[in-house]
This record gives sequence, structure tokens and C-alpha cells, in this order.
Amino acid sequence: MTPTTATGRLHEIASRVTDPEIPVLTIADLGILRDVAQGGDGTVVVTITPTYSGCPAMDAIRQDLEKEFTEAGYERVRVDLVLSPAWSTDWITDEGKAKLEEYGIAPPTGKGHRGTVTLGMTVKCPHCHSLNTRELSRFGSTSCKALYSCRDCLEPFDYFKVLS
Amino acid sequence: MSGTSTGHAADHSLDSYGDAAASATRVTPGNALRPEDIVLQDTAPASEAAAQYALRLGDDALVYAQRMAHWVSRAPELEEDVALGNITLDQLGHARSFLTYAGKAWGKTEDDLAYFREEEEFTSVHLVEQPNGDFAETTVRGLFLAIYQHLLYTRLLDSADETLAAISAKALKEVDYHLEHFEMWTLRLGLGTDESARRMRVALDKLWPYVDELFTDEPLYDELEGVAVRPSTLRADWDARLGELLERAGLAVPQVPYAMCHGRRGEHSEHLGYILAEMQVLARKHPGATW
Repeated sequence: MTPTTATGRLHEIASRVTDPEIPVLTIADLGILRDVAQGGDGTVVVTITPTYSGCPAMDAIRQDLEKEFTEAGYERVRVDLVLSPAWSTDWITDEGKAKLEEYGIAPPTGKGHRGTVTLGMTVKCPHCHSLNTRELSRFGSTSCKALYSCRDCLEPFDYFKVLS
Repeated sequence: MSGTSTGHAADHSLDSYGDAAASATRVTPGNALRPEDIVLQDTAPASEAAAQYALRLGDDALVYAQRMAHWVSRAPELEEDVALGNITLDQLGHARSFLTYAGKAWGKTEDDLAYFREEEEFTSVHLVEQPNGDFAETTVRGLFLAIYQHLLYTRLLDSADETLAAISAKALKEVDYHLEHFEMWTLRLGLGTDESARRMRVALDKLWPYVDELFTDEPLYDELEGVAVRPSTLRADWDARLGELLERAGLAVPQVPYAMCHGRRGEHSEHLGYILAEMQVLARKHPGATW
């Protein structure tokens, strides 16, 4: 659908930018795109938030945002990074979660929580959809993922871990 | 490297936005964060005292991250290699935010503070500069620090300084995982073999002398009522949490005396100099280099 408002168009352009590590997910799907607006002097200000403090993808995302807007004809672009409120995996859209699974990464299971939780939520294998899986390592290929393996299809897979 | 960005696709943004420092792309030296990157909208720079406080928090995280980075490719198993690498990256992220915020008060970048300060200007505690030792030592240090940071950042959520509160909120979610990780290893090693339990006892005794410094109050905190957390007020909770875990792991709280540590005043052990030499050499040899 073609956005009809100016803000809608800005949002549509910003949403073309994907996560460099998970190219099927746009920054809007991930919930790290906080705001996009055009100031009085014409500068487009895009506000994003990091998933993890040390996530190197933020640098690439800034460059990609700058490039998308420049190519769309906007001369002045600024990308601001905000920390508050801190990002949570609850902000990943349902569409984003579906894309993650299709891509082979198990989406975060359930909502984030604080405090003691003694009941572990089962992570579904994104390949064969079995619930018979186990955690190999809580830290995976990037900060936001944990490493799992499936006991049924025997495939290892990434799990986008819950960050509450 | 320095000056070789000519022809890079992002360069035209310099003209469109005015100057290099303000560019949306990372062309600042060493990809330094700009102060405004981590500062909440419309907030003033830190007060001098708050900047000094942020420097302490940043230095602890930075030196710890630099130390821990040595584990990458050396951990006992691949999954642990990845875990320690991730924890290091998180800590480096916290350091970048705190140092960037501190630097804003002094017109300096995170890189100025990380690479161009002398040893005596670093305010980190002695615990983070201790050698990695064996895996038990790394586990014990990780545990000590994770409990401390978890309590500290939880309290800082209520800081009157919005930026410190925001950085802490972000950091806390990550430290949650670090704490759990080191707690699990403490249980595994403590309840593991005779050898793993023995090494844990040795590690606890070895690092215990550096614990007290984490909770030492200084005059600086008198100026930061409602902004900083007075370290001594974290001690009871820290002791309780550690004691409970050690008991579950079949280990005991060490009974060894504390060392005299004045890292907050810039008095460090011989270890910090070597860490800084390695961390700073490239930036000092090629000032302004980017890659």
C-alpha cells in the first residue's frame, strides 16, 4: 500500500532498512525504529534504539538509513540513538516473529519477565516445529541469540532470546 | 585507516549535513559515539560530579572488557568462547555509553578517554585488572562483578540523572544474563569434581582481597545524592546473594584479609599498565585513524 502522508512515506523508507545479521527483518519489525520525522530545515531525523549495548549492527543500520534516505532524495539525514526506554523483545512485531521462524531462527518465546521464573518455556524448532529441543548455550552467534538444537530433526538452530 | 575514506559511498553525506562530526555515518575517529548518541533528548551534559561518577562506571566496564577479551579463542569449549565474547561485548557497550556521557561534560569523546588517558587517570577498581587466571578465577571474578553490577544498575534505575538511569536500564537487561551465566558455572564447578571445587576455593581466596574496594564510599558521592548509589549500601545485598549461592555450590565465603586498593584515585597494580599498553597502542601510534 502506498503511504499517503509525508510521515507515512518517511516511515516506509526507514522500514526498508534491514538488520545486517538477519536480513529478513526490517528495523521496524525488530522494534528498534523509534521515530522518523522531518524538521523545519528539511533534515530527516531517524531515531533508533540498540538491541544490546555493544551490538555492532547499529553502525551498519545507521549507514543504511542514511543511504536509503539519500537515494530517496532527502539531502539531510540524521540518525539519533536513544537508550530509554530500553528495547525489549516484546517490541518485535508478530510479522517479525513469523519472518524469524521462516528464516530458521526461533522467535522469542512468550513475553519478557522480571524476577524468578522457574518454569522454562519450550522453544519450538524452526525447521521441523518439534517442541523437543534443548539449549546448548545461552549465548549464540550474536548477542541477541542463544544456541539450541532439536532432538527430533537433530538440526542446531538459533533462538532469538527474550530480553525483558 | 586514517584518511583513506576518500571515495567511500558515505562521503557525500559530509557535504549534505555540514561536517564530519555531525554526519549520520560513522566517520568520527575510531567510530566514536557522539555524545548526543547516547544522551536523551534535551538533557544537559553531566555535572562535573556526575561525569566523574560515569567515568568510574565506564572504566570498570572498559578494563573488564579488555581483560576478558583475552578469553576469545581460549575458552574451554566453543559455547563458552561465544558466551565470554558476548559478555565482553556487552561490557564494552556499557563502557562506551558511560564514557561518552562522561566525556560530554569535558568536550571529549569515548576514544579520547579510552585511548589517551594515562594509567593514573583510570578510576577502575583493582578487581577488573586482575589477571584472568584459570577458568575458575574468571568465573569467580565474573560472579563478583555481575552481582555487584546487577545490584548497582537496579538501584541506578531511580537515578535523578536520566542518562545514567537509561544506560543502567539497558545494561541491567544484559547483566541479568551475565549473572545467570556465572552463577551456573559456580554451581557446576563447585559441585563438579574435587579438582574443579578445589580450583574454585583457590580462586575465591585469590580474588576476595579485591572485593572491599567495590563498596568503598568516597567524598564524591556526597555531591551526588539521588544521582549515584553509595557503594557501601550495596554490600549487605551483595553478601547475601553471594553467600546463598556459594552455599548451594558447596563453597564457603573466604576468610582472607582485604587488600589496600585505591583504583578510584588512580593508584593501580602493575597489571593495568600492560592492559592499557595493549589497548592504547594503535590509537596512540596512529592518532585519528579510522578503519
